[in-house]
Amino acid sequence: MKTNLINEKKSLPDKRTCGTEKTNIFRKRNAFRKEAAELTKQEEFVKDHRRHHHEIASWRTILFVLFLALWEIGADLKWIDSFFFASPSRVVKCFAEQMRSNSMLAHIGVTLFETLFSFLLVLCASLLIATLLWYSPKLSEILEPYLVVLNSLPKSALAPLFIVWLGTGTKTIIVAGMSVAVFGSVISFYTGFQQVDAEKITLIYTLGGSRRDAFSKVVLPGSVPILLSTAKVNIGLALVGVIIGEFLAARRGLGYLIIYGSQVFQLDMVITSIIVLCIIALGFYKSIQIIEHQIKIRFKM
Amino acid sequence: MQNILELKNIGYSYHSLHGETKALQNISFGVREGEFIAIVGPSGCGKSTLLSIIAGLLSPEEGTIAVNNPDGSLHYPKIGYMLQRDHLFEWRTVYRNVTLGLELNHAMTKEHLDTVERLLTDYGLNKFRDKRPSELSGGMKQRAALIRTLALEPQLLLLDEPFSALDYQTRLFVSADICRLIRAAGKTMIIITHDLSEAISLADRIIVLSGRPAVVKNEVAVKLTLADNSPLAARNAPEFQQYFNMLWEDLTHENEPDQ
Repeated sequence: MKTNLINEKKSLPDKRTCGTEKTNIFRKRNAFRKEAAELTKQEEFVKDHRRHHHEIASWRTILFVLFLALWEIGADLKWIDSFFFASPSRVVKCFAEQMRSNSMLAHIGVTLFETLFSFLLVLCASLLIATLLWYSPKLSEILEPYLVVLNSLPKSALAPLFIVWLGTGTKTIIVAGMSVAVFGSVISFYTGFQQVDAEKITLIYTLGGSRRDAFSKVVLPGSVPILLSTAKVNIGLALVGVIIGEFLAARRGLGYLIIYGSQVFQLDMVITSIIVLCIIALGFYKSIQIIEHQIKIRFKM
Repeated sequence: MQNILELKNIGYSYHSLHGETKALQNISFGVREGEFIAIVGPSGCGKSTLLSIIAGLLSPEEGTIAVNNPDGSLHYPKIGYMLQRDHLFEWRTVYRNVTLGLELNHAMTKEHLDTVERLLTDYGLNKFRDKRPSELSGGMKQRAALIRTLALEPQLLLLDEPFSALDYQTRLFVSADICRLIRAAGKTMIIITHDLSEAISLADRIIVLSGRPAVVKNEVAVKLTLADNSPLAARNAPEFQQYFNMLWEDLTHENEPDQ
């Protein structure tokens, strides 16, 4: 290491003296060389960039593997009780068993469907409400305190009410999923609409457009980035709501599996379900990120 | 030439719970056809308010604007408004940006689209028509914004510090360029600026407003002896400095009482 450092230090002044000794005769050749040097600088940059990414990715992998290994070894050596904390091998076994009995896929399917459905409903509903609020500043002023209260209310407190009102079933769970995301989503959409440059709206008026034109030509297309980032948050929130709903009012779904597992003291099943949930959440987030990326490319944003 | 618009005693105030702020008071002047008028004044004096009133975006609290068309008709001249920034929409191509006004007025007729085509070609933007605004230079963007305004064939163009978002060098070039194009199109123009040199080099007449509440403090007809009629050459005219000093006096003696 030390010798390397010294070598590098030495090589620097050498280059500099080279630079000062260059004469007119060599200028042309130097220009060519310079170009080549710049190219390698660019290549170097790309290389550095790649190296950085590799480094991050490998640290992520190392962390993951280390966690799994510690967990497995800890369970094997009885540092932790694998009855309570499971272990990667037990999780895999449990998952395989559940897959064999075909129930896991059904549970995953139910949770996926309910989450996506309530997510789509949240998007439509909050877009509609935020649009109405934008159209009528008076309405938004009137409703503001209600929205704030509903948004800060812990929505899990509502779940028992939904069961009484709607019974135990898919309907209740989808409503529970919506309730968690919808108010925050209305507020973020509305705030996003309001942040659109007022001068751009004036422009529409100077060109003879109406308030409706201002919405469809400026406010809506200008809010696409906020719509996407809100969607990214909402899909996670919808999943939270759906799991709460399934805890209380379901016979199917991962939330049900978690509650059932804890009641019969099969903690392997609980932890397996939680890990599947992690993967689902990651999948949702990634898919919206991909959609976001596609839209950005399409509109060159 | 006769005045196509005649502003008479225009007054306007802003209201808040803390009271009334008079922005404009007793503003009167006429606008002749084909004339370039620059409005200068201390910042915050209500220049933009005045322009909004002329554009019909605000209605004056006092006074009237009389229409006096050469053909005797009473319709208000069609207004084209250029704002401080170009406000081209990044989610539209250049072509769809310049046709925005036509789209909003449901006027995508052949004649109008032909006008747009001609302007795109004349202003050298034809090969950029399918590009996004961010791919254009500052000057190109202003040209695109001008086409968007001219597409609706306005008679009177209102420019609210249209070049203030540009850096100085680009600004000199672009303001000269845009004003040349507007003159060539035979339009009447009212431009707000805080740059006295810009006002002298571009306008036929300069209206100096006072600080709040703004009244017309001075009206200066600009006559420069010029070799060629470009705004850049105008800055070298012998009278340029005199006009500059005169306007400077008007604006700097602003805060002292008149009597």
